Amino acid sequence: MGSSSRISLRILPTCAFALFLAHSLAAQERPYFITYNHYLEEPGTLEVSLNSTFGTQRAANRFFSYWTEFEYGVNAWWTTEFYLDGQSTIHDSTIFTGYRWENRFRPLKREHWINPVLYVEFENINGADRTLLEVVGHDTEADSAEINGDARKERKREIELKLLLSSSFKGWNLSENIIAEKNLTSSPWEFGYALGASRPLALKASAKRCNLCRENFAAGVEMYGGLGDRYRFGLKDTSHYLAPLLAWNFPSGTSLRVSPGFGLNGNSHRFLLRWSISREFSGFGSAVRRLFAERP
Amino acid sequence: MRRKRLALGCTLVLMAAGLAWAQKEKSLDSGKKAGLYAELAQAPEKARARRNPLESDPDALPAGRKLFERHCAQCHGETGEGTKKAPSLRAPEVLGATPGTLFWVMTNGVVRSGMPVWSKLPEAQRWQIVRFVKSLGPAPPVKPEPTSPPR
Repeated sequence: MGSSSRISLRILPTCAFALFLAHSLAAQERPYFITYNHYLEEPGTLEVSLNSTFGTQRAANRFFSYWTEFEYGVNAWWTTEFYLDGQSTIHDSTIFTGYRWENRFRPLKREHWINPVLYVEFENINGADRTLLEVVGHDTEADSAEINGDARKERKREIELKLLLSSSFKGWNLSENIIAEKNLTSSPWEFGYALGASRPLALKASAKRCNLCRENFAAGVEMYGGLGDRYRFGLKDTSHYLAPLLAWNFPSGTSLRVSPGFGLNGNSHRFLLRWSISREFSGFGSAVRRLFAERP
Repeated sequence: MRRKRLALGCTLVLMAAGLAWAQKEKSLDSGKKAGLYAELAQAPEKARARRNPLESDPDALPAGRKLFERHCAQCHGETGEGTKKAPSLRAPEVLGATPGTLFWVMTNGVVRSGMPVWSKLPEAQRWQIVRFVKSLGPAPPVKPEPTSPPR
């Protein structure tokens, strides 16, 4: 057994025990799948989220992509997130496609009309990744048509930078993301955008405890797509999507989200259906610290 | 190419080190608590003067209690008495603050000291929480530890 496997065998039970010690918390999950607003994870809270996208393709088989998110609030101005990605293509295969590590930083200490957050991500994925978590440059449906065996040979080590702008007004959240992505081996900088608007179905909380209260639901819409690259900036040969969404935050700490997405031009997948289930564990950081604390 | 990889490796190591450093247990000492309470004084006059629009809403108190348990109790304690992570909401500084001041602090958070912004909750829900916090009385006096009888 390799040393990395031995380390994993030690770390996994520790994390599982820390999750057991942590309390679940009422999630206030962002309703978007692609767009980010300016709200960060609460300090010391871990959110585990299982997500999937079903996609149709004109010239290839349908696919399911999956990603697992571990989002942790380091403090009130820094959230870090680790992703594991995979994918299944019908009549082809199921493969692990890579990992991502993202960090979001809030530079301003108070709320403003427009609140900026800086986003930095490193991703190490292969060409078969179809999570479509960001659509940039000249990404099109044809990129996903390759069979997994060939697509996985392409390695993508990329840095992604985003400027997240977000405002809250009368219960609405309006978010705008500007995206720049660079493959570290070659390729020019590629650009993209994501826009989102959402609102809870009720602004006032009801006095009774309930799962089906309107305040536990949020609805919205997001739109995202590519803006070309450094040499060919613009909308030509890019793909774009419009996706309504619905989120349901249970008081018990679990959140469900679903979002059907529709391609807006011939370069886009015609239809994407995304869904996710997530759960927040507050006090995860303290629980881990207690496990490693010195005995009195 | 090698230089790029080196820069990337250094960045990842620095971020991981920062993550570890940021996780050091920071319990609230009296100085920090005073700093957090001092944030109440930072509220602008206009914010301080705002009245709670749900003051006379009979549902505001139970709804505020429910929201407090979901979002605030983890750090401030089930009855707002404070924990290692966050100060008491039953201290004179908070009891003496106007509803508008509490609403302003909740909306803006005290980001550098660990309290996140709560503008993610709709305005009406923040006012419901303020209504509940204002209903908390002063903390009950701490009973002195019983001394063991001399042998």
